[in-house]
Amino acid sequence: MPDSAVKTDAEPVVKVRNLVKRFEDRVVLDGVNLDVYPGEMLVVMGGSGCGKSTLLRNMIGSILPDEGSIDVFGRDLTELTDDELDAVRKRFGVLFQSGALFNSMTVGENVALPLREHTRLDANTIEIMVKIKLELVGLRQAENLMPAQISGGMKKRAGLARAISLDPEILFYDEPSAGLDPVTSAEIDQLMMDLARKLGVASVVVTHEMDSAFRIADRMAMLDKGVMLKIGTRAQFDAIRSGQPTGDEQTDLIRQFLRGDSEGPITKRRLSTSFEVDILKAAEGR
Amino acid sequence: MAGGGRNFVESIGSSAMGTVRYLGGLALLVGQTCYWAARNIASRKALSHLHAMSIQMVRVGVRSVPVVVLVQVFIGVILALQMYPPLKDFEQQATIANIVGVAGFRMLGPIITAVVLTGFAGASIAAEMGTMVVAEEIEAMQAMALDPIRYLVVPRVVATVVMMVMLSVIADLMIALGGYITSSLVLGPEVYMVYWAKMQDQLKYRDFYTGLIQAGVFGLLISLIACREGLKVSGGAEGVGRATTMTVVYSIFAIIISACLFTMIFYAFKL
Repeated sequence: MPDSAVKTDAEPVVKVRNLVKRFEDRVVLDGVNLDVYPGEMLVVMGGSGCGKSTLLRNMIGSILPDEGSIDVFGRDLTELTDDELDAVRKRFGVLFQSGALFNSMTVGENVALPLREHTRLDANTIEIMVKIKLELVGLRQAENLMPAQISGGMKKRAGLARAISLDPEILFYDEPSAGLDPVTSAEIDQLMMDLARKLGVASVVVTHEMDSAFRIADRMAMLDKGVMLKIGTRAQFDAIRSGQPTGDEQTDLIRQFLRGDSEGPITKRRLSTSFEVDILKAAEGR
Repeated sequence: MAGGGRNFVESIGSSAMGTVRYLGGLALLVGQTCYWAARNIASRKALSHLHAMSIQMVRVGVRSVPVVVLVQVFIGVILALQMYPPLKDFEQQATIANIVGVAGFRMLGPIITAVVLTGFAGASIAAEMGTMVVAEEIEAMQAMALDPIRYLVVPRVVATVVMMVMLSVIADLMIALGGYITSSLVLGPEVYMVYWAKMQDQLKYRDFYTGLIQAGVFGLLISLIACREGLKVSGGAEGVGRATTMTVVYSIFAIIISACLFTMIFYAFKL
């Protein structure tokens, strides 16, 4: 079952156990389990509102779960003090959907910020480091530009350069190809794979772009309505995508999502709140 | 009717709860701000925190100097002109200087400056922080182990408090000057000949520092409310607009209420 590239026998760098997250009364994540192994590229897929961004936010410590545990580097985020949490955060990098560059700083200053605040390096060394990181993402020429002056794809590259500035052991990506044209999206994918190979980092990618997902993934996980439907290798998911409908509801649901079909279990579920009942209820209300 | 009455009581209760919760939130923010301010001073990067603060001081304070000067001169003019007729009835027009001095130093200097800063600093801080929330920048800071309270709130709060006090000194002088200009141009020699002597006679040091204490508190309130409103923005550009509006409304409300409390306390303790 394990892909040759993934060391599933190694100790996971991220261990999510029975994660439950509610917003008010709505259950967004309902008992999610997930392991991320060193050096692998794990893609978490799911439709809009399935809870995949919430899962990511839990893993980076932005929000805390209502139940369950999240171990990152063997430390449970739910039990750490603020300072301990910050120590864990310095060991991973996050690329946000929009890049989340600080608009008041140049691209170079953005990349330099974590180095300036979290290391004792002198200004000269930091400048060299910034140039190296920007070169890695192909943005050396943009060092002195402001975020407002560069395109969406460049912002993501710059955000990536900032995310790797402290040489993280895990990289989290939130919708890396959202809002990009196909070519730029493919370039970002290539960049992510290059970085994973060059730096040996584990990557967790949250996306709903299937082309991109199948290009980059070692393993894939499918989240639906806050429940983890299936975790497997890319080959397993590829088999579901190219196979015929099986009649098994869950597999067909994954298949519809992977293929982007307009008909299938997902569509049926959406329509199952009956139109007639709704109309009759409205009529009675009168 | 009964339902209406109950709704009325409920709405009073819920708005009282809301107020308590808001004040609690502000108190929590004060605590965190003090904690991180202390850690900033002690850290080896103290100089870079100082630099961030000085940037905010320029932004909050220096840019609002012309407006404060202009507004406060006019306040002095208004005060002198309005006081003249009733005082003239008692042949006491020379005491205009006393009134302008006390009113200006104790209250009008700090409070009008605070209102100007609410617009200049409060609204712009709330808009800036709100925009950062919407653009995921705050979350990115947390993910990089950079605490937003430490790196954004502390420099803004400290800068606003310091600049509020400094601007109030300028404001006090400008009100006095505004009164003097009116006296010499309009009111005649029996007022302006004795203007500065009367004012010096009247004013004690405590008139000066009670005003500045209030100024500091106003600055604290403005910046804390602005940061809180900015940081809790949700829902895009609309949320940012709402945050700036609420910052101005709450700030002015808080300024007036606390000014009233201060006046009562100072009166009770004969300060």
